[in-house]
Amino acid sequence: MRPKAPLSLTITVVGVLAFLYIPFGVILLYAFTTEDAAFTFPPPGLTLDWFGVAWNRADLWPALSLSLQVAAVATISALLLGTLAASAVFRSRFFGRDAISLLLLLPIALPGIVTGIALRSGMGLLDIPFSFWTIVIGHTTFCMVVVYNNVLARYRRMAPSLVEASMDLGATGWETFQHIVLPTIGTALLAGGMLAFALSFDEIIVTTFTSGNQDTLPIWIFKQLTKPRQRPVTNIVALFVIAVTVIPILLANRLTRDTGGVAGGGK
Amino acid sequence: MAVTEHSLGRRLATALYRQPRLTLALLLVPPLLYLLVLYLGSLASLLVQSFFALDDFSGLIVRQFTLRTYSDLLAPANLDIIVRTATMAAAVTIADAFLAFPLAYYMARYASPRTKTALALAVVMPLWASYLVRVYAWKLLLAKEGIIGWVFAQLGMGWVLDGMLALPVIGGPSLSLSLIGTFLTFMYVWLPYMILPIQAALERVPPSLIEASADLGAHDNQTFRHVILPLALPGVVAGSIFTFSLTLGDFIIPGIVGNSSRFIGMAVLEQQGTSGNIPLAAAFTVVPIVIMAVYLLLAKRLGAFDAL
Repeated sequence: MRPKAPLSLTITVVGVLAFLYIPFGVILLYAFTTEDAAFTFPPPGLTLDWFGVAWNRADLWPALSLSLQVAAVATISALLLGTLAASAVFRSRFFGRDAISLLLLLPIALPGIVTGIALRSGMGLLDIPFSFWTIVIGHTTFCMVVVYNNVLARYRRMAPSLVEASMDLGATGWETFQHIVLPTIGTALLAGGMLAFALSFDEIIVTTFTSGNQDTLPIWIFKQLTKPRQRPVTNIVALFVIAVTVIPILLANRLTRDTGGVAGGGK
Repeated sequence: MAVTEHSLGRRLATALYRQPRLTLALLLVPPLLYLLVLYLGSLASLLVQSFFALDDFSGLIVRQFTLRTYSDLLAPANLDIIVRTATMAAAVTIADAFLAFPLAYYMARYASPRTKTALALAVVMPLWASYLVRVYAWKLLLAKEGIIGWVFAQLGMGWVLDGMLALPVIGGPSLSLSLIGTFLTFMYVWLPYMILPIQAALERVPPSLIEASADLGAHDNQTFRHVILPLALPGVVAGSIFTFSLTLGDFIIPGIVGNSSRFIGMAVLEQQGTSGNIPLAAAFTVVPIVIMAVYLLLAKRLGAFDAL
């Protein structure tokens, strides 16, 4: 019989949960306010006009398109590199194996600013001009680890005899990969990929250092915060960003439910 | 044709199978090359730059080993920034530990498996749902005419808020322009990182231990203080690694919410950007790395890594 929680504890728990979620309600509420520049509470009136205004903002679309492209390319590179690293670490014990796991973790274990300025100084040293690709490089660095974690967790649950059986039955390496390994790690790849996409789409700290003068969507939002006009447009974009990051996470969570939740953690 | 291709593929597969080292090398080269060259190389180049210095007259970086940049780092104005950032990180960590504990405790001891899964998701969701948006939400909450001010006024406690804002150093014209606001935003944004490790640590407290404590005549309060709390400590330390490290390196939050006093992250951004003093920016970056290295060593001693 499970003990019943004391009332005071239950109330505290509800309070902390409310604390975690009230800010999202605030974003939603002020997307509809009639005020252009202030955040008066309660809002003086509600309107849907800002959705039209946001749609017609010319500066918004390039930022959105850049963020989507960066996230897509960074996700693909992270999938490739993360899977390779997970396969290597899983299949054998070798000198420096633990060092590699640590190395993969480093970009998210160190504060983002360290990764950001390190990459910037490295790129400066190699005379790489800032471009779309420098943003992608920065994002791939910290997206790799979520793919790695998810795929490695799945490998650990796979029976190694499956691969050996497939090879004994005459399959080539590629055939084995195609028919045995890929179906096993498929959902882990999908989950890791979606997490990587969400991570990249929302990233600002590393991007600040590697983007030159191109604006990704988070940088666009950051710049809006110092501008006094059309404030609710920022809220609408914020709602959109929440949707784009939360939906993949919920799906990823569903896909990895049987494997003990989403492996990876935050940034 | 197809047959030869097939057998070639098969021979290749066999060769690779017989040469696990070769396969391993093929798998490892791309990710390792990426991390070693691009990432570790960059980190190393950053560290090296912190031992260069900016020539005061020409404004150019002199590529010669010197500790001058580090002595600049210890100038009073810069020390101020470091102390302010570390104090903020410590305050945020302590506040988060207090906020996180009840929820973690409830999840570990009282929640049914179903509720537990739901709560775990509820705690993680805000982490993934855009960091920047959550910071922005706090700017709205803390604004002068915003919700928090309104709630205080409705409760007839506006004077409490005004009193807090009148405090030196941490006060300001409004919450969103004060260090209190910066603190609240940090505390909110990193809270989930504290909840999960504490829950993991509490989850590992064997129920038999609690029963034994009760059988031996301890009150619930005594059991909590002498059995549960010490066993949860590694979880608190594990969580504090995140809250501390993330606060040390952040420049977005104090840039959006707060008075104009600077934090390490902002100093790094400013030194490498407008001032062009890359060596000093690099030296500033070394501060969180060193603090975290010491912190991690201590945490390891306390067994915090088992709770991660």
